[in-house]
Amino acid sequence: MSLNILVLVKQVPDTRCVGPDAMTPEGTVNRAALPAIFNPDDLAALELALRLKEEHEGARITVLTMGLPKAAEVLRESLYRGADDAVLLTDRALGGADTLATSYALACAIRKIGTPDLILCGRQAIDGDTAQVGPQVAEKLALPQVTCVERIEQLADGRVSLVRRIDGGVERVEAPVPCLLTIVGDAAKCRPCNAKLVLTHKHTEPAPDGVMRQWSAADVEADLEQCGLKGSPTKVKAVQNIVFKAKESRRLTADEAELDGLMKELIANHIIG
Amino acid sequence: MNSVFVYCETDKGQLADVSFELLTKGRILADRLAVNLEAVVADSGVRGKVEKQILPYGVDRLFVFDDPVLSPYTTQPHAALLSRLFSEEQPQICLMGATTIGRDLGPRVSSACTSGLTADCTALEIGDYTDPRTGNEYKDLLYQIRPAFGGNIVATIVNPEHRPQMATVRSGVMRAEVRDADYKGEVAYPDVARYVTAEDCVVRVLERHVEQLPTNLKGAGVVVAGGYGVGSKEGFDLLRALAKELHGEVGASRAAVDAGFCEPALQIGQTGVTVRPKLYIACGISGAIQHVAGMKESGIVVSINTDPDAPINALADYVITGRVEDVVPKLLKKTPQAPRRGDV
Repeated sequence: MSLNILVLVKQVPDTRCVGPDAMTPEGTVNRAALPAIFNPDDLAALELALRLKEEHEGARITVLTMGLPKAAEVLRESLYRGADDAVLLTDRALGGADTLATSYALACAIRKIGTPDLILCGRQAIDGDTAQVGPQVAEKLALPQVTCVERIEQLADGRVSLVRRIDGGVERVEAPVPCLLTIVGDAAKCRPCNAKLVLTHKHTEPAPDGVMRQWSAADVEADLEQCGLKGSPTKVKAVQNIVFKAKESRRLTADEAELDGLMKELIANHIIG
Repeated sequence: MNSVFVYCETDKGQLADVSFELLTKGRILADRLAVNLEAVVADSGVRGKVEKQILPYGVDRLFVFDDPVLSPYTTQPHAALLSRLFSEEQPQICLMGATTIGRDLGPRVSSACTSGLTADCTALEIGDYTDPRTGNEYKDLLYQIRPAFGGNIVATIVNPEHRPQMATVRSGVMRAEVRDADYKGEVAYPDVARYVTAEDCVVRVLERHVEQLPTNLKGAGVVVAGGYGVGSKEGFDLLRALAKELHGEVGASRAAVDAGFCEPALQIGQTGVTVRPKLYIACGISGAIQHVAGMKESGIVVSINTDPDAPINALADYVITGRVEDVVPKLLKKTPQAPRRGDV
């Protein structure tokens, strides 16, 4: 029986290169000012999936994302790197979803795809850093989960052995298959796009059938009460752009004498020394 | 009824720091709501060891689940236990540490209970909420306050309809304080077999390797922290030298960690370590909210930055406008231990 791997990916605004124009004067996020990228931890998950595919004859990798139609870009990038097919779950009814509503919709899509042997996803996405969607999807599908995985050691006889990060160290665990794994970003650097695959998939667009399928909430038989903003238990009450309360700062230059004065003051006040 | 619950973590019978901090905050929230504070411990061999640690924090009822299936920690037994306990007890709030365990367990339980969970909160308060769409008013909700979106904004999250309202908090963010050494609370020792089934115990821990943390950042009196402006790994060596001279520790902003200048364990901020040193020297750190969340209670703050308008300067007692690689070597020469050669 061949191995089926599903990788969950997300297109995220690159919060690492936030500039002064990242926020509008009203304090909302200026999405236009931020480039959309492949979530870094998800790239590591894709790489681990690609390595498993190399080791297991006949293995197939399906990539699933939920997002705006534009999120097809990360699916295409996955195909460029060696994924076999992809699913874009996109629907206005899914907008404004918190992690719980997101995991519900993803779980519906995974049921429609057919539960794979392994589900891999990044530990967390850089736009929220919650690390919640992986475990929540696992719970919805009643699958075992192992989070913060940095290495897949062996997959054989219906068991997978793993090394995962824990506070201050690592542990080796063994889980039954099927299961869901969340992967830390530095587990593996993802391989570059393959030029031949780029040529093959450059014009691949989401369609009802084919290599990149596009599904709506209805296509995955999602209950709209549990989707999007409506299905989200958490609500954002307020968002604030924080302005720090200014202290009376002393301004210094890199001049030796000024720095000497600073250090003497810190010593005199018993801050150091 | 509808108590505040805290899920406590233990290591060889000793409660984790973050659990004491959450019990303290939980007691404050429970007082404000006029409800009980309840705590849960799930581990093996903890009966008789944890009660005296926990009750003084003002815990009205403590559940001690003591069974070999609960140790070492794997997700499903703990998740099954908590979701079943919550369906019996109907807590209104549940707090967990944003530790490896809390971040693994919290989402699983929230999904099973169909309740909202907010990760890495930096403040928790009680307040009212009016839903802007329906106009429905809600009294005394948990305000879950956290930096969001890469730490550029602060969001207040509420869970109006679903219970429990769940939140995780990092270690060191809240303060721990005993309520009353003789506080009288009940202790229950439920039968674990009623909550956890054999199907929950399918993941096995084969071995565990935990090291002493390489840094004592959390408790350091002096922190020399570097940001993206440090520019390189070599730049961090300078910071290490200064930290050593000042008997302090080196920290970093997320940008520096992401850029690979130093190891992730050094990250200060909402998703890293929270520090409260007497002296905080910020080198080439702009001051995203997510970073400031982890250092704002520092005593004296010195900011070294080429940008005279870096946001962190507003928090600084001393603002040095200049390049890190120029300023830090000069400071190194002036440290109390450094041989005084006189000004050049």
